[in-house]
Amino acid sequence: MEIPAIVGAGLAVIGVGIGIGQIGGKAMEAMARQPEMYGKLQTAMLIAAALIEGIGFAALFAV
Amino acid sequence: MAKTLIFSFLLLFSMNQVWAEKNHSENDHNHTEEGTDLKSEIKSDITHNLQDSHDFHLFSDKSDLNNIKHYGFPLPVIIWDEGLHFFMSSAFHHGKDIVESNGKYYSLDHGKIHRTDQSGELVESAHPIDFSITKNVFMIFIISLILFVMLFKMNRSYKKGGGLPTGMGRFLEPIILYVRDDIAIPNIGEKHYRKYMGYLLTVFFFVWLVNLFGLTPLGVNITNNIAVTFCLALMTFLITTFTAKKTYWLHLVDPLGNTMPWIAKLPLYVLLVPIELLGTIIKPFSLMIRLYANITAGHIVLMSLIGMMFVFSNWVGSSLSFALAFALGILELLVAALQAYIFTMLSAVYFGSAVVEHSQDEEH
Repeated sequence: MEIPAIVGAGLAVIGVGIGIGQIGGKAMEAMARQPEMYGKLQTAMLIAAALIEGIGFAALFAV
Repeated sequence: MAKTLIFSFLLLFSMNQVWAEKNHSENDHNHTEEGTDLKSEIKSDITHNLQDSHDFHLFSDKSDLNNIKHYGFPLPVIIWDEGLHFFMSSAFHHGKDIVESNGKYYSLDHGKIHRTDQSGELVESAHPIDFSITKNVFMIFIISLILFVMLFKMNRSYKKGGGLPTGMGRFLEPIILYVRDDIAIPNIGEKHYRKYMGYLLTVFFFVWLVNLFGLTPLGVNITNNIAVTFCLALMTFLITTFTAKKTYWLHLVDPLGNTMPWIAKLPLYVLLVPIELLGTIIKPFSLMIRLYANITAGHIVLMSLIGMMFVFSNWVGSSLSFALAFALGILELLVAALQAYIFTMLSAVYFGSAVVEHSQDEEH
């Protein structure tokens, strides 16, 4: 139960949250601008979210 | 022919009889000190569920703590330790007995096999290499069998329908076309994508099926094991290395190419070339970590939530944690498919960078 490790993991997950939130927001904006590109935008959003989440999990496992 | 294959395998597996086994001394291992502590029992159950085991433990009947019955079937143990030893894991009796094989004695301790001497003390200097058919290996065989049967039926359905798919072909064709049109061709290019389609399709279906099986209560966690994801990432790495064209290697040691005179490039390359060379190792490494961490974290959270259902023994807490576990389970279905898609797509990106052709540089 080391406190620095837990704090570090929490900070890493904050970073992941901010990143994925920004991607989601921009994807929503783009989908609202061009509704016919909905499929491609959703695919690209999920890909970017999965990549960022991978880093977040790797940080979680350091705990 | 597929039907006879399925039937013969079912027959083979039913011959390992499911039996119930009385287990007297389980008491002094787990239950007298921790029997009343629900949280540590849940924790030990979770870690036991996430690990590999040498027998296929379906469920156990703990209605009478003195007399726990385990239902499951044992799997063979194959050890290489100055000679090949082969026996069934039922000889271990769930880790209590010492098995004698060709003059050497082995004991099972938390899933690892150690060599001991006759009385049970560990021999530290011996390192037996464990090749056994454990639960994960067994499930990999079954999943490959399922994949094989599925794709074989699809193959047949094209021949029967005369060019149009029927049955299993109709189910799988959109997925295969999606892998070809949206993953392979945009990343690898029209000229070279045919070579890699076999590997991409295999990895996509395999990782998807394995992740789906991990969500069942059978307790099979294949991608939970970092060795499995290591092998998948290693195959991607080997295929990129061995099918790369000359432009790929040139790009590694000379990323900037023709754009600057070589005097100006040299100080930049001191920093850039090691990063590029490390990048070839780190990219498949990140594939391995991403798949492993996503699936393992999902399983741990899911099982902890279900365990929380037992910690709150009242109506409100248990039903809320059940609802949360249910919602998370549905999210895990999405994560299973998404991780398979990400693995395949990143592999396609790496293959694409290996066979890219520079059309604007005349030197190459």
